[in-house]
Amino acid sequence: MQKVKQKNIRNFSIIAHIDHGKSTLADRLIEKTGLLTSREMHEQVLDSMELERERGITIKLKNVRLNYRGEDGEDYVLNLIDTPGHVDFNYEVSRSLAACEGALLVVDATQGVEAQTLANVYLALEQDLEIIPVINKIDLPSARPDEIKKEIEDLIGIDAQDAPLISAKEGINIESVFKEIIDKIPAPEGDANLPLKALIFDSYYDSYKGVVSYIRVFEGTIKSGMKIRMMSTNKCFEVTEVGINTFSQIPVDKLEAGDVGYVVASIKNVKDARVGDTITDHDNPTASPLPGYKKVVPMVYCGIYPAEGEDFNSVRDALEKLQVNDASLVFEPETSAALGFGFRCGFLGLLHMEIVQERLEREFDLNIVTTAPSVIYKIKKKSGEELEIQNPTNMPDLSEIEYMEEPIVSASIMTPTEYVGSIMELCQNRRGTFINMEYVEETRVIMHYDLPLNEVIYDFFDALKSRTRGFASLDYELKGYKESDLVKLDILINGELVDALSIIVHRSKAYERGRKIAEKLKDEIPRHQFAIPIQAAIGSKIIARETIKALRKDVLAKCYGGDVTRKKKLLEKQKEGKKRMRQIGTVDVPQEAFLSVLKYDE
Amino acid sequence: MNSAHFLVCIKHLFGKVNLLKEIAVYIHIPFCSNKCYYCDFVSFPRLDKRIDEYVDCLIKEMEMYKDTLKEYTVETVFIGGGTPSYIDEKYILRILDYLYHNYRSDEIREITIEVNPETVDYEKVKAYRDIGINRISIGLQSTNDNLLMQVGRKHTFSDFLRSYEIIEKAGFKNISVDLMFGLPNQSIDDCINSLENVIDLNVNHISYYSLIIEENTIMNKWYKEGRIKLPDENTEREMYHIGVELLKSKGYKHYEISNFAKHGYECKHNLFYWKIKPYVGFGISSHSNIGNRRFWNHSKYSNYIDTINDGGIPVEGEEYIDNDMQMAEFMIMGLRLIDGVNKDEFKKRFNVDIEEKYGRALNKHFTQGLITEENGNIKFTKKGLDLSNIVYVDLLPD
Repeated sequence: MQKVKQKNIRNFSIIAHIDHGKSTLADRLIEKTGLLTSREMHEQVLDSMELERERGITIKLKNVRLNYRGEDGEDYVLNLIDTPGHVDFNYEVSRSLAACEGALLVVDATQGVEAQTLANVYLALEQDLEIIPVINKIDLPSARPDEIKKEIEDLIGIDAQDAPLISAKEGINIESVFKEIIDKIPAPEGDANLPLKALIFDSYYDSYKGVVSYIRVFEGTIKSGMKIRMMSTNKCFEVTEVGINTFSQIPVDKLEAGDVGYVVASIKNVKDARVGDTITDHDNPTASPLPGYKKVVPMVYCGIYPAEGEDFNSVRDALEKLQVNDASLVFEPETSAALGFGFRCGFLGLLHMEIVQERLEREFDLNIVTTAPSVIYKIKKKSGEELEIQNPTNMPDLSEIEYMEEPIVSASIMTPTEYVGSIMELCQNRRGTFINMEYVEETRVIMHYDLPLNEVIYDFFDALKSRTRGFASLDYELKGYKESDLVKLDILINGELVDALSIIVHRSKAYERGRKIAEKLKDEIPRHQFAIPIQAAIGSKIIARETIKALRKDVLAKCYGGDVTRKKKLLEKQKEGKKRMRQIGTVDVPQEAFLSVLKYDE
Repeated sequence: MNSAHFLVCIKHLFGKVNLLKEIAVYIHIPFCSNKCYYCDFVSFPRLDKRIDEYVDCLIKEMEMYKDTLKEYTVETVFIGGGTPSYIDEKYILRILDYLYHNYRSDEIREITIEVNPETVDYEKVKAYRDIGINRISIGLQSTNDNLLMQVGRKHTFSDFLRSYEIIEKAGFKNISVDLMFGLPNQSIDDCINSLENVIDLNVNHISYYSLIIEENTIMNKWYKEGRIKLPDENTEREMYHIGVELLKSKGYKHYEISNFAKHGYECKHNLFYWKIKPYVGFGISSHSNIGNRRFWNHSKYSNYIDTINDGGIPVEGEEYIDNDMQMAEFMIMGLRLIDGVNKDEFKKRFNVDIEEKYGRALNKHFTQGLITEENGNIKFTKKGLDLSNIVYVDLLPD
């Protein structure tokens, strides 16, 4: 690999709202630099996880190094650092931005700036990055680039007059993006002779190499054979390989200040190479780490159980494997009377939770049952004891509780003005406190609300999307804790309390939720030969009740012409279905029923 | 030496040859004038020009099994469809004639043919009678002309009365009439009315069965589109139980879930199915069960015909029934009979006690009131007849 002077390196990332074309632009840049021919191009090269592709979002950020000959005839190295596009991964976004000097802000020419985009722009501005607006999808008939330029200027306060007008999909004007990158984004600074200071912006586990960390070297040099130290944990490792990321990983002799690449150092677990940590030279350490490291803590919890017929150990193995790659996933074994042995798992947010669940199902081919998501509640008991719980089962009796506190987030919702009323209604329903509303332009606003996190995790996002036909976008961050009148809502099926269905809710919401869950369970649980009462209760008080009527008829058609095989197949199908159900007392409960508490369905 | 002992001795003398194996023969005639809206059997309306070809193949197929089945003596024959009476009687005569000359037929006790009222004429049924058919099953379904039209039947109640008269005139005593309940727009009174109309004729056998909407039917399409409404579950069950009581009060024995007969008129052929005794099916889509093997013929017309014309056996699939499954099937089919499964018979057949094999499942459903025991027979309760699948599912091997 040729060595390019530091002044010819550009480290940048791409900020965009979901669907605004970040991945498509990345693909186009890769293609134009000839790293891959278009024949080799798989659409959206950076999003290699199946799940990412399907959702059109980036979950794990990655890095790719592009070689580009500028108009001036000089060879440039462009390090594209991809960022996850979701609020759950805010911290990871901030770390990958910290590895850059600049960012492309991709804005959809038909839709304008979204809340999520803004949140990431603010993150980029905090890192003092040079922001280059790029207006995408100009090929669409409804594109309104001039209005969008003005919007960017009004909202973010950066000059957008020279913003390249492109279509990543059609490959229009991509050259101008390169020109902007080279002209506007500063080259990295930093002295290769100083003690090593490198930022980890992503780590993943490779079964051959161990943990591979993506790093940006700010000062000094890192090379194979060197002893390095993780500054947050003080753990030492010996570097076995450094390299750069093209489409594959290419080992190099060393990485110097300004470079982006990867490092391998016989690390067994990503916990020891956490995102945001600073790597330094063990023998010649730098004085202080790079700013901004924090250990991410889960915000949302739920139970994950092997479905009927699935093995507990396979679920544990899978979670362990995921955790090796995902230091923000935490889990510990727990037991439920209804679901048996399983795990309590903690996630950064709802999306993170869904991703883990889906990966367990798809990549590990596991059947799992998940319980309702929960947040961490703080409880002050009358005895003076203080505790934090996230599993409803652990909530003490109301009579023992002095008060309870729940986490509150400050949320920004960006929306066309026509949906303001509908969003206000939604936020009010979810116990939100209105803070203020800013006009972005005549027809769009940002609404600021304080919302209890436990309301946000109950499909708030889906409700928001459906009320605004997908036009509103949401961003939130933890604000703090607030005292709240919370109760534990229990569900009884045929008189038996089903622990896996218990949730903690605000007292004012208990009746409504209880009724809705009971109604949903009524639909999900098949009829039995006896009537099944479904009750929602707070303590011993029943607040809602539904009854699943007894089944009157479950018969096969007349046997005709001796076709026993077909009838047997129908019975076997029925038996299969029954096998996948959970037995609660004498009631067979399908796995789906446990999901019925997850959705509000407004 | 009594005759039973004699036969045992013969059997020893001839080694493996088992002279006393009985078999039921099913013959499928897939032709009809039109498809009833609820029908999912293999039948081809108005494919008249194929009848010759089909019957040729059917006979070729019978020929293929001739040697294999020479140890079996035919007990019953059932000619079903489609509408077997839709085709000219000469074909039926040809088929039976072939059977008589190539299979052990001297002990046939029952030959049934299915007919639809609109296809019946005296010459036809007289010919049936003359060739040895001794049982006729008439598809009536309802005596309400409106309902008949709504389910796609091409006859009226008076057509039925006419055909019934002809059939009796031709000398048939063993006549069965099919009635359905749970039809769209049907009322309980309709059901009672239909039953009473048929009982008034002093019919010896009545099948009274529930409409089940099968997947590939016109009715299923309409049902999914919301164009037809079925009686609710409670009404449907009431139709059944009121019908059962009515028939019983008029001297019919309720001997199988959907079947009722005057003394001595139970369908012998269907008992082969319900008791999992050997049966062989000839014709498109028909099923056979011999020993521990079940196999079934192609259900696509050209596959059936082409295979036979190429000299092949037109079997589309087969299933090996292991011992566990044989027991399960014996229970599942046997429980369709109102007398249920005889414990001694089970033990004799499988050499294991029924309690040992199914004790847990039986106990569970005994406690829940779905099954009961009477005179050494395990049988469904009234409630169990309505919820039979719940029991069946627990009898299937894991």
